[in-house]
Amino acid sequence: MNRYLIVGSIIIFILLLIAIFAKFLSPYDPYKQDLLNRLKPPSIKHIFGTDELGRDVFSRMLYATRVSLSVGFIAVGLSTIIGAILGLISGYYGGWVDSLIMRLVDIMLCFPTFFLILLVIAFVKPNIYNIMLVIGLTSWPSLTRYVRAEVLKIKNLEFVLSCKLAGFSSARIIFIHILPNVLVPILVTFSLGIGSAILTESALSFLGLGVQPPQPSWGNILSSGKDYIHIAWWLSLFPGLAIFITVTGFNLLAEGFRILFSPKER
Amino acid sequence: MVKIIFKRIILFIITFIGISFITFLVINLSPGKPSDMLEFSSKITYEAKEKIIKLYGLDKPLHIRYFNWFVRFIKLDFGNSFKDDRPVIKKILERLPATLLLNILSLILIFFFGIFFGIICAVYRNKFLDKIISFFIFLSYSIPKYWLAILCMIVFGIKLKILPISGLRSVNFEYLTFLEKCLDIIKHLILPVVISALGGIAGLTRYIRGSMIEQLNSEYIKFAISKGTPKNKVVLKHAFRNVLIPVVTIVGLSLPEVIGGAFIFETIFAYPGMGRLGYEAIMSRDYPLIMGISVITAFLTLLGNFLADLLYIYVDPRVRYK
Repeated sequence: MNRYLIVGSIIIFILLLIAIFAKFLSPYDPYKQDLLNRLKPPSIKHIFGTDELGRDVFSRMLYATRVSLSVGFIAVGLSTIIGAILGLISGYYGGWVDSLIMRLVDIMLCFPTFFLILLVIAFVKPNIYNIMLVIGLTSWPSLTRYVRAEVLKIKNLEFVLSCKLAGFSSARIIFIHILPNVLVPILVTFSLGIGSAILTESALSFLGLGVQPPQPSWGNILSSGKDYIHIAWWLSLFPGLAIFITVTGFNLLAEGFRILFSPKER
Repeated sequence: MVKIIFKRIILFIITFIGISFITFLVINLSPGKPSDMLEFSSKITYEAKEKIIKLYGLDKPLHIRYFNWFVRFIKLDFGNSFKDDRPVIKKILERLPATLLLNILSLILIFFFGIFFGIICAVYRNKFLDKIISFFIFLSYSIPKYWLAILCMIVFGIKLKILPISGLRSVNFEYLTFLEKCLDIIKHLILPVVISALGGIAGLTRYIRGSMIEQLNSEYIKFAISKGTPKNKVVLKHAFRNVLIPVVTIVGLSLPEVIGGAFIFETIFAYPGMGRLGYEAIMSRDYPLIMGISVITAFLTLLGNFLADLLYIYVDPRVRYK
């Protein structure tokens, strides 16, 4: 175990607990408006202050943890499945299949992903499910490249050749014998991907194209923070800090995995 | 070399067609036709709607529509904006210089600081300076850049009042002398440029550090040092030259990120560029404008990558003389 892995796991573990027990941890109803106490600075009663409708920012942020983590895990789960399968197929079969998939990857990598996501969200209804889907469907190409390169390294090793000689089906060779050997890059990319998916979701919500109010998300709290930037700094500071810590957690985890499995750095 | 360049051009065209096809599909297969959106507007007459359906050929099958669309887009004819009925290409061209200015300045910053920090980290690896820089690089991977933008606006704009927080010009711009005008624009550019360059700087520093360390551990460097070549010369002349070649490609690849980021940063800083125009177009469902901006954005990104490829061929003698 290394420091990165430990610190990253602790951060993510705490966040998961917050997401699961948000209901019990939050002192107020995140949707309850209190118009007499609008835009109150942090105090003992409201430790992160209140927003423009008098809602408790702390409670809203606890609930928003659910949004961020579920978008992260589900979107990246989807992109990992797509990316890994395409990478395995591309690397294993080679030939025209490989050329086709790689051309597609090149095209996807050349296009500003964030703009593509904006473009899609502009035409479908912005809600949490569509966001998961769009992020998942647009963020697989780098994993495909990565997995393909790893497959190319091992596909001519003896154990793969002996599988072929033993007459195993291609699917069996790919998923039972090759896949375990490329799990490390998949794990690292998965962890990094969650961080960037959370960043993307919050940026979309910030722009008003993500999770729609009144459902709380760190991005849309920040968005109202921008409107009150002159008078209510707490609306901008705390949600941003939450995103920052969360993404740091996942990036630390990724770095930890990378070091754990590369003997040179260990 | 001519053969390689020719190959790149073919690749450029294929990728461009691919991107145009994806954009076309996204817009055409999503629920709701562009003409549906017009129904909500009472100003649009039945004739105008028919005209738009004709213009986009919505009564024809998909492949013919794509072909027609592609022909029009080569001619840069994207139709008129729904909002003010001005030609889309005109609206984009008005905003393009500001965006190019922002992106080119960001790229210069990325190139300069990425190399600078990367070399410092490699030379002083595992020492204090390296650890500090690496720490900040790690943080800048995780920080939401638009949040950083807001914090900078609060700190530099609202609390310290030393930098303007929106637009490209002050209100009294017309009355300033030439020198003051330049200074005014520079002041307005500082925050957007620095913040949009940050991610790229982090990436490039990390890359340069890694490959520089690899070079510094190699045999030819050990030989150069043992025969008494000054360390500066070894680092900057021998090792750095070999590191520099892939940098061109790396900077080219960071282009999509910079251009994609422009959509957020231009919106936050109310910067009068194409990114903010795109954001406004998306928010108001201005279909022709969205189309036009997607195509121009994709084209610029591809062009940047293509130029990076050409530069790569130029700087790497192994490719050049093949």
